[in-house]
Amino acid sequence: MRAFTQHQGLVAPMDRSNVDTDMIIPKQFLKSIKRTGFGPNLFDELRYLDEGKPDQDSSQRPLNPDFVLNQPRYEGASVLLARSNFGCGSSREHAPWALDDYGFRVIIAPSFADIFYNNCFKNGLLPIVLEEKVVDQLFQETEETEGYQLAIDLEAQTVTTPSGESFSFDVDSFRRHCLLNGLDDIGVTLEDAELIKSYEEQRRQTAPWLFNAGQ
Amino acid sequence: MAGKTLYDKLWDDHLVKQREDGSALIYIDRHLLHEVTSPQAFEGLRLAGRKPWRIDANLATPDHNVPTTDREKGIEGIVDPVSRIQVETLGKNCDEFGILEFKIKDKRQGIVHVIGPEQGATLPGMTIVCGDSHTSTHGAFGCLAHGIGTSEVEHVLATQCLVQQKMKNMLVKVNGQLGKGVTGKDVVLAIIGKIGTAGGTGHAIEFGGEAIQNLSMEGRMTICNMAIEAGARVGMVAVDGTTIDYVKDRPFSPRGETWDAAVKYWRTLHSDLDAEFDKVVELEGSEILPQVSWGTSPEMVADVTGNVPDPAKEDDPIKREGIERALKYMGLRPNQAITDIQLDRVFIGSCTNSRIEDLREAAVVVKGRKVADSLKQAMVVPGSGLVKAQAEAEGLDKIFLEAGLEWRDPGCSMCLAMNADKLGQGEHCASTSNRNFEGRQGFGGRTHLVSPTMAAAAAIHGHFVDVSELLN
Repeated sequence: MRAFTQHQGLVAPMDRSNVDTDMIIPKQFLKSIKRTGFGPNLFDELRYLDEGKPDQDSSQRPLNPDFVLNQPRYEGASVLLARSNFGCGSSREHAPWALDDYGFRVIIAPSFADIFYNNCFKNGLLPIVLEEKVVDQLFQETEETEGYQLAIDLEAQTVTTPSGESFSFDVDSFRRHCLLNGLDDIGVTLEDAELIKSYEEQRRQTAPWLFNAGQ
Repeated sequence: MAGKTLYDKLWDDHLVKQREDGSALIYIDRHLLHEVTSPQAFEGLRLAGRKPWRIDANLATPDHNVPTTDREKGIEGIVDPVSRIQVETLGKNCDEFGILEFKIKDKRQGIVHVIGPEQGATLPGMTIVCGDSHTSTHGAFGCLAHGIGTSEVEHVLATQCLVQQKMKNMLVKVNGQLGKGVTGKDVVLAIIGKIGTAGGTGHAIEFGGEAIQNLSMEGRMTICNMAIEAGARVGMVAVDGTTIDYVKDRPFSPRGETWDAAVKYWRTLHSDLDAEFDKVVELEGSEILPQVSWGTSPEMVADVTGNVPDPAKEDDPIKREGIERALKYMGLRPNQAITDIQLDRVFIGSCTNSRIEDLREAAVVVKGRKVADSLKQAMVVPGSGLVKAQAEAEGLDKIFLEAGLEWRDPGCSMCLAMNADKLGQGEHCASTSNRNFEGRQGFGGRTHLVSPTMAAAAAIHGHFVDVSELLN
């Protein structure tokens, strides 16, 4: 996995709450058996005026001029500023894959849905929870200031504005450790293979019905 | 010290290692796989040269992409070549790694969350995961069950474990009795309406109280299925006689002495009387009416006797904007009566409501009646091949067909429209599925979440009606 230590980038504001993963990447694009190539279909139904289809050249499609990411001032954004309960709904990891493929590295919101939050860390994408009033302030500053950038430091657990104002955020230490070092967490788990085997052996004795094959 | 909740017990029994940093390794007893969220995980295994840790813990079936017609053609019947590749890929992966798969022509094929319980592959006290957020369904059996992403699918395949942080405990108690025509679906929609789509975030929800205890396993599965729509990855119901009766004599269920030992353990799977919850919400069962969603989030629900909300009456500007946006997308007027919503299609199916009891309840309503002429389509999609066979043995298929509903083959179908079953732009659908997000059932489609009885009644009338009146 790609490591995440520090990042500074242009901020794009997604000003609606309860953005679901169907909205982030609609189902017709989940038919791919790859992990890459989802970026052109990120927010597909909001971003284009026509109905998106898999294997289509999205550069030829009519853009929705009202959609925030289509505004020239947000071109190249890598920090997504969002509202509460971002990433709710389906567990599809295609959602963080699409955000990543588009070029986002950080998502800031007052709250995230659990599965989406977890999926981000598996893909080198950092979801940051900040207080609602701080997020409100960042929305205001982003909209007022063209070219508004934020600097994120995972080691220090801070988000810093262009004026030097800094906000700290929480992240649990295992996820932080894996992300900082770009660790493959399957490899980390397999260091405990003996422990897993002995747990399994004990369960085979005490709860043999868990190991039934179908009849 | 306070007693343990059901969640605490399931967690403790599956804890392989508590790490110093607060994370934990949790052992997974059952892993369900389908074609959409597994190909990248199998590819990851291959690239790393890893093998599945415990092959017999896995059970797979294609469900999201399968057509609901022409099934005798098998994979060749999948017209969309991209969908076909995904279903073929699942087959190849399962064959390569020796994983049991109910393939497209197998009569046991169906929606993963229907076939697990049906086969007894879902047993009380298990940890169950699947790359699908509606895995919470299996919590109805007193399981710790939740959806995972594809990276975690790979992690479970490779290690039989997941790295987890313990969630908080939440109790949602539904007291008393439910009224006539009020189902598990109405209960869970009412709960989501009350606590919101983030009401359970970070929590494992246990559903309890008399109204829940009186429900069948099908009703409990419907409720746990939609825990995720309340923000909780996990929904659970304590084990009781209803649970144990359901799992007896299923293909994967234990027999003989092992059965007796299992039952003894399963009887302990409830929260202790002195257990403490971080959050408790109570509802009165008698106050819950049949529910209809009017908006684009599962929390946007109303009683069937009620009205679409008026954004002008909402003080919170973010909520007001949310209502305005939803009404625009849904093509509804403020204050419009729910019973005035005209429908184009009706869909009875999905992992929420496609089990035998759901189909029986819908059949009672449509028996001897005809689908309204104004509808373009009303379809029934059973949750599995075995549900279909059972329904046909009971003559339900004939009741549906005579009333003018289509009787299809099993799969996820129009719940998420990955196959050919979808809504056209602007069409209103009474749907027994779980999500009414924009575009969920088709580009520009408008979903109204309801119970199977409410969907059946809507099919007859062409608009929503209060099914509790109809049943009187």
